[in-house]
Amino acid sequence: MRVVAWRHAAAVLITAFAVLPIVFVVSAALNPVGTLSSSGLLPRGAGFGNLVRLVEETPFWTWYRNSVVVSGLTAVLAVAVSALAAYAFSRFRFAGRRAGLVTLLVIQAFPQFLAIVPLYVIFSAISDNWPVFGLNSVWGVVLLYVGGQVGVNTWLIKGFFDSIPTELDDAMRIDGCTHNQAFVRVVLPLAAPVLAISALLVFIATINEFLIASVFLTGDDARTLAVGLFGLLADQRNANFGMFAAGTLLTAVPTVLVFQFLQRYIVHGLTAGAVKG
Amino acid sequence: MTVTRTPARHDRAGTRSARRGGVFRPASARAVTARVLALGLIIGVALWAAAPLVASGNWTGVAITALATGAALYAYLTPRRLPLKYLLPTTFLLLAFQVFPVVHTMSLALSNAGDGHLGTKQEAIAAIETSSVRREPGSAEFRLTVAVKDDALVFLLADPAKGAAYAGTADGLRRIGGVTLGPGGRITAAEGYTVLTTAQASARGTEITALAVPVKGGAIRSQGLTRAYQGRAALAYDAACDCVTGQGTTWRADEEQGRFVAADGSALPQGWKVGVGLSNLAAALTNPKINAHVASVFAWNLFYAVAVVALTAALGVAGALVFHHPRMRGVRFYRTLIVLPYAMPAFAMLLVWRDLFNTDFGLINRLFGLHTDWLGTPLTARLSVLLVQLWLGFPYMFLVATGALQTIPAEYMEAAQVDGASAWQRFGKVTLPLLLLALAPLLVSSFAFNFNNFNGIFLVTSGGPFPSDDPTAGATDLLITYTFRLAFGQEGARYGLASAMSIYVYLIVAVISIIGFRRTRAFKEVT
Repeated sequence: MRVVAWRHAAAVLITAFAVLPIVFVVSAALNPVGTLSSSGLLPRGAGFGNLVRLVEETPFWTWYRNSVVVSGLTAVLAVAVSALAAYAFSRFRFAGRRAGLVTLLVIQAFPQFLAIVPLYVIFSAISDNWPVFGLNSVWGVVLLYVGGQVGVNTWLIKGFFDSIPTELDDAMRIDGCTHNQAFVRVVLPLAAPVLAISALLVFIATINEFLIASVFLTGDDARTLAVGLFGLLADQRNANFGMFAAGTLLTAVPTVLVFQFLQRYIVHGLTAGAVKG
Repeated sequence: MTVTRTPARHDRAGTRSARRGGVFRPASARAVTARVLALGLIIGVALWAAAPLVASGNWTGVAITALATGAALYAYLTPRRLPLKYLLPTTFLLLAFQVFPVVHTMSLALSNAGDGHLGTKQEAIAAIETSSVRREPGSAEFRLTVAVKDDALVFLLADPAKGAAYAGTADGLRRIGGVTLGPGGRITAAEGYTVLTTAQASARGTEITALAVPVKGGAIRSQGLTRAYQGRAALAYDAACDCVTGQGTTWRADEEQGRFVAADGSALPQGWKVGVGLSNLAAALTNPKINAHVASVFAWNLFYAVAVVALTAALGVAGALVFHHPRMRGVRFYRTLIVLPYAMPAFAMLLVWRDLFNTDFGLINRLFGLHTDWLGTPLTARLSVLLVQLWLGFPYMFLVATGALQTIPAEYMEAAQVDGASAWQRFGKVTLPLLLLALAPLLVSSFAFNFNNFNGIFLVTSGGPFPSDDPTAGATDLLITYTFRLAFGQEGARYGLASAMSIYVYLIVAVISIIGFRRTRAFKEVT
């Protein structure tokens, strides 16, 4: 019995550390006064005043829609493009394959936002010619994010493809299937766990991306949650805290939904490695 | 790296199927349809992309578009080159958004690009001459109307003395017709231009003040929103001596610094971009003013990344071990709560933590009745950013460690027990090594991520606290936040030096990820 007791004590401590900041955010979101200085661990009252203010006084739903569209589209496109490349690297032997893989590894190590000046140069040129994909357009930023994500995800997915026995797709092709059919009907379904974890990680990384979005998406219609909510605190750090907290909780919703949706595929993919911050 | 290439079975299989598809087997109706669709799509996109480039006469752009289109057509219309079909989208995206930025960063690193050194020498001369424009007694005056054409600002100028109307832009002055004059001789409408209302014009006030319409020997500038004057340039460029003269001084062009320098060493603020060779790269290592910062920032950066990995892994593994007991109850409940931080948006929670540490309103000070300026002193600020990152990072380690613990075969523990190992020995000699083996790839990628954890520092402390006499490098600065401030900081942009720093950061991260991947199983497949 003593053994279990200290385990529970430790469990409560760790859980408290994990949960207390979130409890604070919840009570700040409910806090009727809505300022930082009046927010505590326990709300002094409860109301949806902050939420109402957030929705009425800021273009919150526009930010929300932009974030969900950008992150969702980036996740789907990045995983699709990476899966194609991963299939080539895993199943074909061609000249330049090894060099291609090493190049991919070296290139993807470059953090995109280090090159914010060159990226701005690119996007100014794109804005001049194809404004649909230019500055202040979520579509252009999606392409940029996908470009930053394909390298690492190709590696991640290729590692998983390698663990699927090639006998399976060989058998498909003996039965008269093309490479495409083998890829779509055998390899992709078997690789569902890694595709799901890749999509989730890209989604989380993108919805949290702040720096590029704050430079490229500054227009009222183009802002994402990260840029919009940051602006709320920059304007009025104390007074807007309740609105900010309400926005934070709502931002967690898409991530949780995506996680729930992908959960059944994810269990195996989790160890494949990723971090967040 | 030894290269042992075993021609795998797919090699032959791949060629065989390509031959079958291309020559021996007649293409199926579906394959033909797919090919026609691909052709249409590629041509359609190419035409759409080329149209504005042709219109603006951007032939480099047209050439790049043609090259990309050619590559796409070649890849998708030949039955051969199967791998290329799968690789092309990735290749295009990487070239545009990873390779080009890296190459461009390298070229910036070899230049003095930054505030005052952005354009060509011609642009610098033009800027020097127009900005030195001074109003002189008797200089020509105009009635000004601010208008736009294609969203670009235009000065519509009426000269009451000559009765003429002009349109002035940064490119120069042009006579126009088809104007309507209003009271006071101002232009109220002109064909092809949209006249701005006073409110609209006020909103673009800084642009209007900055606009100088170059004319011979000077420029036309605005004075308020309704008047303009033609001033004379106090400084003029003389091609014969390659110098700028005026106001009794001569500034000679210095092609090495990209500036005009006077005999007493002072320089004009407007310079141009010149190559500086490796001096930016060298400055980071040898310039005592810079390398003292770089050394201390690098040391803290390394410590931060190692400490975050160690702390998150320790707490994650500890948490997993706490629940790893057959009689433990409520495990699902605890687990759900512990992974909650992972679901919260990190950027927002970093800002929340920043406010938890706030001296006056912060929850931490209020809970403990303290009045500590957590983010104000180097030591507490460093502890704070580590604590924040521990909170953000440990749930993921906990999840992975929980999974890994369950895969350790029970036989190992029983065998160790039979051999008489104590509980601690079983943990230290069996469980921990196996756990670390499973966590190794994650530890490496966590290190690489936290080494460049821009948000983790920037949103909490912005790199501060800074020593009172030096605002360029703070106590919690990582190389990447330090570089960011170099590039965009208040001291004026220094893109060249910042790019050189970026290259160092990149080299470090690239080496780390290569080592990391070589040590994990993933790399074995390559070699």
